[in-house]
Amino acid sequence: MIHSRNLPFVTTLAIFIIAYALCAIQFPAMLSTRVIGNLLVDNAFLGIAAVGMTFVILSGGIDLSIGSVIAFTSVFVAVTVGTLGLHPLTAFALVLVISTAFGSAMGAMIRYLQIPPFVVTLAGMFLARGAAYLISTQSVPISHPFLDTIQGFYFRFPGGGRLTAMSMLMIAVFIIGGIIAARTRFGANVYALGGNPQSAELMGVPVGRTTIGIYATSGFLSGLAGIAYTLYTSSGYSLATVGVELDAIAAVVIGGTLLTGGTGLIAGTFIGILIQGLIQTYIVFDGTLSSWWTKIVIGILLFVFIVLQRGIIWYSNRRIDIARLKGV
Amino acid sequence: MSDPQNILEAKAIAKSFLGNVALDNVDFSLRRGEIHALLGENGAGKSTLIKILTGVYSRDSGTIRLDGEDVSPANVGEAQVLGIGTVYQEVNLLENLTVAENLFLGRQPRRFGLTDRREMRRRSRDLLARYGLDIDVDALLSTYSVAIRQIIAIARAVDLSGKVLVLDEPTASLDAQEVEVLFSVLRKLKADGLGIILITHFLNQVYAVADRVTVLRNGRLVGSRDIDGLPRMELISMMLGRELQHVTRDHQASEGDVPTGEAAIHFNDYGKRGSISPFDLAIRPGEVVGIAGLLGSGRSETAFLLFGIDRADSGTATVDGSEISLTSPEAAIANGFGFCPEERKSDGIIGDFSVAENIALALQARQGWAKPIPSRQRQALAAEFIRSLDIRPADPDRPIKFLSGGNQQKAILARWLATNPRLLILDEPTRGIDIGAHAEILKMIEKLCTEGMSLVVISSELEELTAIAHRVIVLSDRKHIAELSGADVTADNIMHAIAAPNRTEAA
Repeated sequence: MIHSRNLPFVTTLAIFIIAYALCAIQFPAMLSTRVIGNLLVDNAFLGIAAVGMTFVILSGGIDLSIGSVIAFTSVFVAVTVGTLGLHPLTAFALVLVISTAFGSAMGAMIRYLQIPPFVVTLAGMFLARGAAYLISTQSVPISHPFLDTIQGFYFRFPGGGRLTAMSMLMIAVFIIGGIIAARTRFGANVYALGGNPQSAELMGVPVGRTTIGIYATSGFLSGLAGIAYTLYTSSGYSLATVGVELDAIAAVVIGGTLLTGGTGLIAGTFIGILIQGLIQTYIVFDGTLSSWWTKIVIGILLFVFIVLQRGIIWYSNRRIDIARLKGV
Repeated sequence: MSDPQNILEAKAIAKSFLGNVALDNVDFSLRRGEIHALLGENGAGKSTLIKILTGVYSRDSGTIRLDGEDVSPANVGEAQVLGIGTVYQEVNLLENLTVAENLFLGRQPRRFGLTDRREMRRRSRDLLARYGLDIDVDALLSTYSVAIRQIIAIARAVDLSGKVLVLDEPTASLDAQEVEVLFSVLRKLKADGLGIILITHFLNQVYAVADRVTVLRNGRLVGSRDIDGLPRMELISMMLGRELQHVTRDHQASEGDVPTGEAAIHFNDYGKRGSISPFDLAIRPGEVVGIAGLLGSGRSETAFLLFGIDRADSGTATVDGSEISLTSPEAAIANGFGFCPEERKSDGIIGDFSVAENIALALQARQGWAKPIPSRQRQALAAEFIRSLDIRPADPDRPIKFLSGGNQQKAILARWLATNPRLLILDEPTRGIDIGAHAEILKMIEKLCTEGMSLVVISSELEELTAIAHRVIVLSDRKHIAELSGADVTADNIMHAIAAPNRTEAA
């Protein structure tokens, strides 16, 4: 039996499988490992950021700063490596510390100043974007032997597809994120906060530490996504990745996570990312469709999922009422 | 010195908020293996005391000894570790988690640093088995009834704390059978030596399950007594703060002007499951019907039904012989009803609106939003009521939040009077306002009823009711249990009616 709380995830999975099957019937080449490999690598940075967003949304919050932090990270890495000559690993470590601290600071403001996450992370979005401009308004290309090594590293699937370092990083982030959400006290506290912050506090959940931890995680993963994006484009550009936070939110919601928090799975977000990637791939294969169809389909899917979630809540409440009336 | 029998001893606890004294030198003690009821009306200081004991608030002065050791829990978590667990009425557990996750949140069994779900399930089943519950611990909490959730919450609190269990109105949303199940759990825990503090409004439940009772009133300790040999009458007079003797009746209505006309508004067999048992009520023009009862007896629930805020699921309402349906406050207003709620600040006024706008609200609502009241008419209306009700300061454009409580209340009254209602329901019309305004409002109620308006007044001030009401309906355990009229309307009689044990209720 499927628990009603996993129903959105199961629905997403079913939609993905059906959609992929339909695509494969029309374009059998879409089954090739090359397509799958590209689908993963093209969405690696989005996927990494979406894991952070899943934690935030599970806790009942929102993080609008993700796209800006990715842009900041890419510019920062490009300038420190390209212009200042830092080793990429040093630059990565620095930028991850900065983005994590940035997320922690936003979490602390949300918790201790009792400002809604929407407002705090909106400010964070402008701040990070501004900081990126401050470093450079130009697109900064980078090349470094170390980066070439990472970019050149991949596993080859039978059939010619490649599982690149970036794809592996994304998959690792999803696996670790999934374990943290499902099997640690921090993860349980995130769900608890999303369910009802007052109850969670009365049950002894360390609300302050957890909130800061959630936004720190999101900041860290935004930084990591920024690194993945820098490697993907081999450049840093302060105008890049505008609105990526919204794509991440879309992936989370399509993946079955309740926007109000408390219910959802990290694995669902992975499917959400794959569905977005699948639509893009289909448009590429078709060749005549405008790429805006991606947005239209995503929009329709979002509507469907929000209605589905409402329906599930309504249905389960009704079932409880009926059970109560029967005196069960 | 401290009695070794006592598991918890609080001495001379004091707490004030911004200069308002919430607790004044209160002593409280709890023995091992005892169920101790904590009683008092709204604002008596029960919840402040509980919050101090459980670490939500810090006390201004006084000592708390747990097992003979001085303690000062700084937060709920610390109190839990010390051994004081709390089960709240509503905010309690997390509906979006499974039963097992709720039981072990924050203390999940771990293997290799990760939550051991199998172990958690096993321990959850063992834990609940001790309470006679055999349920699927992997199902979401939201799939279970309130009664089962309450037991799960108790199981968690006891497992976590193990010395003192605080229950804040645990029975508020349970039916009689569920209450009995809960009480058998409490009796078992008591036998295990746990000290239990029970906050409830239901006297029957106090007599059914408690060993001792402590009564607070206005932040002060009235007394702690054993339940055995404590007459209900005495307990109620402790709660309401009245001596039984020397009750004089200063009732203007007893002088012969009790309205005797035909009742125009009838409620027959009117009720709502889980809120208030069906009642009959007929109100004559020019009559003041008082509603008396302890907190939680169904006073406000009655008002909500009469005004259409809650929908009745049984019975009929008729006005002038024709049946009406009160499905919403809007429908009630259309039938000429008005309602001044108890929570003036949250439910009554719109703080940032001016006095004039607040007064015009109900009239506007009745006219519909399509026909705005011209500002000239609004100002004239406001000026008229500011004069006739003596609202001060006499400035119709001042935001109402800057007025005193008494003047806010007058403005709300003015709002309804502007619609010229035939029935006005007042829930605690004089709470939190100064003595001068208090007298004025009572005078106004009398004046309104001589003009032929019908009023329903809910109040916990017995003097107030006896002074203005022609008839008083007494409520207990969500039932209308007695009706007093004419010369019978005395504080003594009301208290006797409340005290009469309610035989139809099992718990």
